[in-house]
Amino acid sequence: MIQTINFLKPNRDNIKNYSIIGTFLVLVSLIDVISNAFLKINLTSFLPGSLTTLFPLIIGLIGLNMMRIDYSGNKKLDLLNKNINTNNFNALLTLLILFSIIKALPQSLSWMIFDATISGDSKDACTGTGACWTYIKVWFRRFMYGMYPNEFHWRINTAFILVIALGFVGYFMKDNLKKYLALYYVIIYPVIAYLVIYYLISGGSFGLQWVETGAWGGLSLTFIVSFFCLIFCFPLGMIFALGRRSNLPAIKYISICYIEFWRGVPLITVLFMSSVMFPMFLPEDFFMDKLVRVIIAITLFEAAYCAEVIRGGLQSLPRGQYDAAKSLGMGYWKMHIFVILPQALKLVIPGIANTFLALVKDTPLIFVVGLAELAGMLALAKTNPKWLGFAMEGYIFASIIFWIICYAMSKYSYNLEAKYKTER
Amino acid sequence: MSDPIIKIQNMNKWFGDFQVLKNINLEVEANKKIVVCGPSGSGKSTLIRCINRLEEHQEGDIIVDGNELSEKTKDIEKIRAEVGMVFQQFNLFPHLSILDNCTLAPIWVKKMPKKDAQELALDQLKKVQIDDQANKFPGQLSGGQQQRCAIARALCMQPKIMLFDEPTSALDPEMIKEVLDAMVNLAKGGMTMIVVTHEMGFAKEVADEVIFMDEGMIIERADTKEFFANPKSDRTKLFLSQIL
Repeated sequence: MIQTINFLKPNRDNIKNYSIIGTFLVLVSLIDVISNAFLKINLTSFLPGSLTTLFPLIIGLIGLNMMRIDYSGNKKLDLLNKNINTNNFNALLTLLILFSIIKALPQSLSWMIFDATISGDSKDACTGTGACWTYIKVWFRRFMYGMYPNEFHWRINTAFILVIALGFVGYFMKDNLKKYLALYYVIIYPVIAYLVIYYLISGGSFGLQWVETGAWGGLSLTFIVSFFCLIFCFPLGMIFALGRRSNLPAIKYISICYIEFWRGVPLITVLFMSSVMFPMFLPEDFFMDKLVRVIIAITLFEAAYCAEVIRGGLQSLPRGQYDAAKSLGMGYWKMHIFVILPQALKLVIPGIANTFLALVKDTPLIFVVGLAELAGMLALAKTNPKWLGFAMEGYIFASIIFWIICYAMSKYSYNLEAKYKTER
Repeated sequence: MSDPIIKIQNMNKWFGDFQVLKNINLEVEANKKIVVCGPSGSGKSTLIRCINRLEEHQEGDIIVDGNELSEKTKDIEKIRAEVGMVFQQFNLFPHLSILDNCTLAPIWVKKMPKKDAQELALDQLKKVQIDDQANKFPGQLSGGQQQRCAIARALCMQPKIMLFDEPTSALDPEMIKEVLDAMVNLAKGGMTMIVVTHEMGFAKEVADEVIFMDEGMIIERADTKEFFANPKSDRTKLFLSQIL
């Protein structure tokens, strides 16, 4: 009797038998699922109906149960047990997830790759059962540049290359100019970038044909809107964060009102206001482009979020840092620039990255005021009578692009974190 | 008798409804070393934090080196630059190296050329014997080394007065000595010092006078020898019997 119970309880003594039998059972369950999914062969068809479907799960569970040996001495086995096989419930979840992936793989692969079409340049080419990447191919330029005239696309490309190159100037600045770095990025760089984009993409002078902002669109518009909102909302947020902690009541309450107002209204109404209501309050002869209004609206909106994130960082600094800076004779600005902000901003990198990612993913909302960036172009393209029925391909394409952008940004924020990490 | 460098007259301070300092009168002459002791919560730290206006007093006058401290004082930074302070928790700037900690204020507050500031800083770090750690960051140093760096940082501003707010209270017993040694050396150099501490050995060795505070009042002020040999008030006697 005792021996049978021992037999069911794996331990270090019978580890060899148990791990071999366990591995074998798990392998059997995996082979069953894989052959089922990929080869459409049901190895267990001799079993009654419901048991056939549950067979791999049961066998796999028994197998994992037999492999669950504490401190087996085998590093790989221990790692497996610690991470995905701590108890029966975890083992069940592991198997379910594994099986779902295996089951879903053949269909999604054949839809996305094996049965997909990419040749041709009209809807007629897409006769297969798979995805119609032809649609993306044909619309690619529209998705990237919107309604911007094809022959001028080089202007957008050149402008972007210039703006990116200017962004790297900071890395190559000489040491004696380094103290102007912040000034460069906060004021000079945005102004130059604005001029580059205005003269190259808008045109209208230097022999370049004028292209109105209504024609801008696609991914390039996503970049333009995100770029300006990001570089303006950060310093603005910093000012309001400091303002909210100010000792001067007027500044303090203005900051609080500002932050609470913008955090309280939905972005979509702000965008509506900026494009519909705002021009009504302006004098007749005063003209402000819709795109500029939208960028200002998003900047003001996101600045409020930035401000609260930065305030969190300011509050987490111990009071001693303020005392020490003051006792050395530093005034408010010197104290903040050299002592407080460098530490606080370092602490809020994850939070700021969060806000920035949200901002980039909020840009599709500008569709409501008639500006079509990537997701907006997608919405236009899918309602084109010649190309009905390919929304899925479009959304997959857009999500991949957005994922790449956002993943790059979060990776960059991790790098920054690691770079500025100091021991406390 | 020369003019006092610090002069406090009838000073009162409240935190909300609670009166922390009651009718403080204190004059400190240049080059004197004063030790302030007393039970915790007696207002010692608040008193010296008032001297460089990290805390604001509500009544009375505080005059530091001829400048009166009040809400109207415009150049409070100038006065603070002449009054160095060392804190219980060191309060080094963790994002800057030891050398940068020391040169930051001289460069940006005193507008000293960077090269001169670095020379000065290395000189001061050498005096507290951590010049070999100059390029490390505060987090990489022991508590005693950090506190010595904090002393050097304050000295780099070439202050006329040094305030110490329980500089050894957050340290291991082994490290207390190295910090006290640095302070003794500083005292021998003729600096005006006000030290809040429980280290009575240091008081006996260095202090010209000892002040005993309790419940926000200065109970007793006497020459060091007199203070330890013949304490006048009963509370001082009780305190000394507990601490010695």
